Amino acid sequence: MSVPVSWYLALSAVLFGIGAIGALTRRNGISIFLSIEVMLNAANLSLAAYARQFGEHTGQVIVFFVLAVAAAEAAVGLALFIGVFRGRRTIDVNRMNLMQH
Amino acid sequence: MELAIFILFAGLALVSSIVVVTHKNPVYATLSLVLTLFSVAVLFVLLGAPFLAALQILIYAGAILVLFLFVLMLLNVGRQEGPSGHRVQLFTALLGGVAFAAMLVLLFWRQQGGPRPPAAPLSAQLVSLTALAQELFGRYLLQFEIVGLLLLVAVVGATVLARRPPPREPEAEP
Repeated sequence: MSVPVSWYLALSAVLFGIGAIGALTRRNGISIFLSIEVMLNAANLSLAAYARQFGEHTGQVIVFFVLAVAAAEAAVGLALFIGVFRGRRTIDVNRMNLMQH
Repeated sequence: MELAIFILFAGLALVSSIVVVTHKNPVYATLSLVLTLFSVAVLFVLLGAPFLAALQILIYAGAILVLFLFVLMLLNVGRQEGPSGHRVQLFTALLGGVAFAAMLVLLFWRQQGGPRPPAAPLSAQLVSLTALAQELFGRYLLQFEIVGLLLLVAVVGATVLARRPPPREPEAEP
């Protein structure tokens, strides 16, 4: 039996919710990044599902771009965390409160 | 058969992504994310996108997550995580996430149940790598070039940000 496309979309929505909860509740900067990667993957899954639905390649091309942007984001973000860690010895986002004081 | 594979890997993706967002140790969370990415890659194959599945494994699991692990080892943060926020904050985040996911599920369900005909059977044209490449280098050539530029800028930016600041030279050099 073939799987309806809406099941993939539902799975992608649930994955996105899990990633969003993680991004909102975690304190460790790298854990927040991992949650964001889960959210990006959920979005990719729904794009591929729509590409399947409409029988077009556009969705797959967008997934390709999302992958490239995710790579760039990870590189720059991790470099930022290295820089922050060098100065403050922590990547706990609760302690990055320089702007509050 | 397809249904069995879908259920197996969808369940795997859900469980491993829950581990990603709940595990205290970021190293285990990263390794669990590898499992999530692999499951999503299998679902890509089911959706007729084998090229994306290969890219997912190569770029995500092969490059991005190795970068994460590398930085985790470099910083040696381990379990260093402060006390989690207020109960209220946790509860609100949970509520918001669940409500958002439920809303999306409802939206997708409604939309799929509409007058649109069910998805066409998997065509060879969709799976074909040649057709995808023609689309990517034809209609989306400009965007492709911009993405290349973006990656270049990201490389330069990451190098500048992560560089050790040069030691301050004493004024009077003997």
